[in-house]
Amino acid sequence: MSSWANTSILWLLASVMTPWAMAMPEGLADLGRPATDNEVAAWDIDVRPDFVGLPPGSGDVWAGEEIWLAQCASCHGDFGDSNEIFAPLVLGNITEEDIVTGRVASLTDPSITRTTLMKVPTLSTLWDYIYRAMPWNAPKTLSPDEVYGLVAYLLNLGYVVEDDFVLSDTNMAETQARMPNRNGMSLDHGLWSVSGAPDVSGSSCTVDCNVAVSVTSSLPAYAMNAHGNLAEQVRDWGPYPGLWTDSETATESEPLAAVSAVAEAATAPEAALTAGGCSGCHQMAGQLVGPSFNAIRARYAGQEHASYLRDKIVNGGEGVWGNMPMPPMPAVADDALQLMVAWLTSGEE
Amino acid sequence: MASDAEQGQLQPAPESFLPKDLVEDISRDGINSGRRSLLQGAFAAATASMVAPALMADDDPDIVNLPSWTRSLGKPVVANPYGQPSPYEANIVRRQSPGLTRTDQSSVSFTPLQNLFGMITPSGLHFERHHQGWVDIDPRRHRLMINGLVDTPLVFTMEELLRMPSVSRIHFLECGANTGLEWGNVAVPTVQYSHGMLSASEFTGVPVSLLLERAGFDRKRATVLLAEGADGSSMTRTINLENALDDALVAYGQNGEMLRPENGYPLRLVVPGVQGVSWVKWLRRLEVGDAPWATKDEVAHYVDLMPDGTHRQYTSIQEAKSVITAPSGGQKLLKQGYYDITGLAWSGRGMVEKVEVSVDGGRNWRAARLEGPILPKAMTRFHCDWIWPGEEALLQSRVTDSTGYIQPSRAQLLAVRGTRSIYHNNAIQTWRVGADGEVHNVQLG
Ligand code: HEC
Ligand code: HEC
Repeated sequence: MSSWANTSILWLLASVMTPWAMAMPEGLADLGRPATDNEVAAWDIDVRPDFVGLPPGSGDVWAGEEIWLAQCASCHGDFGDSNEIFAPLVLGNITEEDIVTGRVASLTDPSITRTTLMKVPTLSTLWDYIYRAMPWNAPKTLSPDEVYGLVAYLLNLGYVVEDDFVLSDTNMAETQARMPNRNGMSLDHGLWSVSGAPDVSGSSCTVDCNVAVSVTSSLPAYAMNAHGNLAEQVRDWGPYPGLWTDSETATESEPLAAVSAVAEAATAPEAALTAGGCSGCHQMAGQLVGPSFNAIRARYAGQEHASYLRDKIVNGGEGVWGNMPMPPMPAVADDALQLMVAWLTSGEE
Repeated sequence: MASDAEQGQLQPAPESFLPKDLVEDISRDGINSGRRSLLQGAFAAATASMVAPALMADDDPDIVNLPSWTRSLGKPVVANPYGQPSPYEANIVRRQSPGLTRTDQSSVSFTPLQNLFGMITPSGLHFERHHQGWVDIDPRRHRLMINGLVDTPLVFTMEELLRMPSVSRIHFLECGANTGLEWGNVAVPTVQYSHGMLSASEFTGVPVSLLLERAGFDRKRATVLLAEGADGSSMTRTINLENALDDALVAYGQNGEMLRPENGYPLRLVVPGVQGVSWVKWLRRLEVGDAPWATKDEVAHYVDLMPDGTHRQYTSIQEAKSVITAPSGGQKLLKQGYYDITGLAWSGRGMVEKVEVSVDGGRNWRAARLEGPILPKAMTRFHCDWIWPGEEALLQSRVTDSTGYIQPSRAQLLAVRGTRSIYHNNAIQTWRVGADGEVHNVQLG
């Protein structure tokens, strides 16, 4: 764990010696143009923990509460404690002691719900994030003063500041120094740099290794279908069919019905026409022996033609499109026939 | 079953029985009376020849009774102008883990690793993680800005970025929270949910180093970059300049085409070996800086809670990890005999050097066969022959990467990091194969 000042020095010391992956070719300087000041200002809204980038302004707890109730409470709850849309931002579990030490003690207690305020070490973060991304459904609509007020209100909910507190660009730093978990972050790990040292190592043992092999955790039977029917989530014709975990809709003896229904619906109706032996005489566009399906569909768009077409397909006939007869097609299965007729009369593109 | 039904069915009218030159004639000139009688003759002859052969006991009806697709005209070109998977693959899709998130816009969908092959994830199956929904950006109106510690802040259009020198590289992309549900106990049934915040693509784009050089960045002071998205969340992440200059890309291509919108169309950052959240999608800005930004997703999330109550901050690198994808949880072995145990291994610090497989819960290991090409910070596919004797087995895989790092067991990882870290769980995964062939996700101790 390090304080922010120490941390910054660490970052500065990490000098960069990597060779360039690609030399800059001649002429590249013509691509891209200088950004205008207005353009940079429009996009560069980030605020760092040292408050570089923080716009001037102020807002008090009461103003913040008003905006909160109008624009934030619907998702986060009146007191930032809702668990409906997102995890709670604030709950009453930060102590006066935490504010003194800068370490939220209850973070070691697995029974306590971790809130945003219990974790966040830097006030700049809340300011930056609310300004850039909230309200969730209408980001970038708040003014800096509104954001100051909202941050003040959130801090007040967490007992970090009093009811009459006014947050502004001039007291952000001293307020940040009261953040309950400001000393709770650690950079003492090897996961920032590719060349960082690992904290854990595996074993290279390959024969008769001394490891525990009893099962200590597995999904209880009642939870097996919490993710739906696993049989419908794997390739059902491969070497490893999925377990049938849907107790309600079917039994394991017919596990693939649902799957083939999906497949069939997706292949229809072209596949039905192919399987039904129609494509030898009809193609989608252009006359073959019979008229094209496109021409048929254009002529018979509308439910009222359904029974006529059904008869015609089953019994055949001639004279509508020319002298060439269409043979009777009695072998077409009922549901396939229904599918074909529905498609032929649907009029959809 | 379809084949039985077909067997009992009348033969449909014969197809493709018309001589090719006649078909061509008809489509050119239409049907005249001479051709009509010719056609009727062909029709009768074809019907007569289509008597189904008698099926003998050992015959496979799927062979003897020619299926419809063998006896029909197939579909035309551009029936699907953008090709789709076979309808028989309809099960192989991205899926959400019910109850994991409270909304669908700040949520995750998982890649179906259990049924994929090789080292590339099809773009449409690349896992999704959005914080504020995904957006469709008009590339003509998209810009990339580079500012901060540079000589001149610059703006690039997409057209300009596509004109610049580009590279194409294959890399894995893993969410830092992948396998995060499994720290405490088994929570999900299949590899899709346990490891499916993992995908890999060939990405095409401009090296970040080139863009920074073009902008004339301050080599003395710069230590970090801020990457920022153009969506509502305007996701921001601090990037280690070491990574950025080494192999990071401002990418527009994914598997030969433009990025999918869910994956950041038209521009995203690619930071090989680093967790997915840093690969900022819909990238609009890179800012060169001398201190990290402590953004929301660097202090409230993507921080790893340790047993002493501290959070490890800026944990970026995805350490070496492997998992058996088949057979895996939720599947079933139907018969004894040969199986090809297969899976994936990857390391954010380099290349996969070795993968070992155990079928007895880690007591004994043997080397798996690695498929090439083995690339840095990419997925490597491994295989291991196995004869399943019809008894209980505990399947595991263990990777060693090019730095010598060996993937830890669950016990080894938890001894240091406890169970509440959420992020960076790279422990060895165990699948239990029961004597009944059912495969379940288990943890050992
Ligand atoms: C429509 C619902 C909605 C509204 C309205 C809304 N939020 Fe949020 N808020 C969210 C969601 C969802 C997240 C999590 C986003 C993510 O996953 O990155 C969030 C995240 C946050 C966070 C960060 C919490 C954390 O731990 O990551 C803060 C702070 C916050 N909101 C403040 C506000 C404020 C202030 C307002 C009003 C101006 C507001 N929100 C309005 C839904 C909402
Ligand atoms: C041997 C050739 C042949 C086959 C096989 C064939 N048709 Fe036809 N079909 C024709 C001809 C010729 C016509 C034009 C008949 C007419 O003018 O009345 C036609 C007409 C049609 C029409 C338009 C009917 C009307 O009155 O305008 C429909 C609908 C149709 N066919 C559907 C099918 C379907 C569905 C199948 C497969 C189950 C099929 N056909 C198989 C040759 C065929």
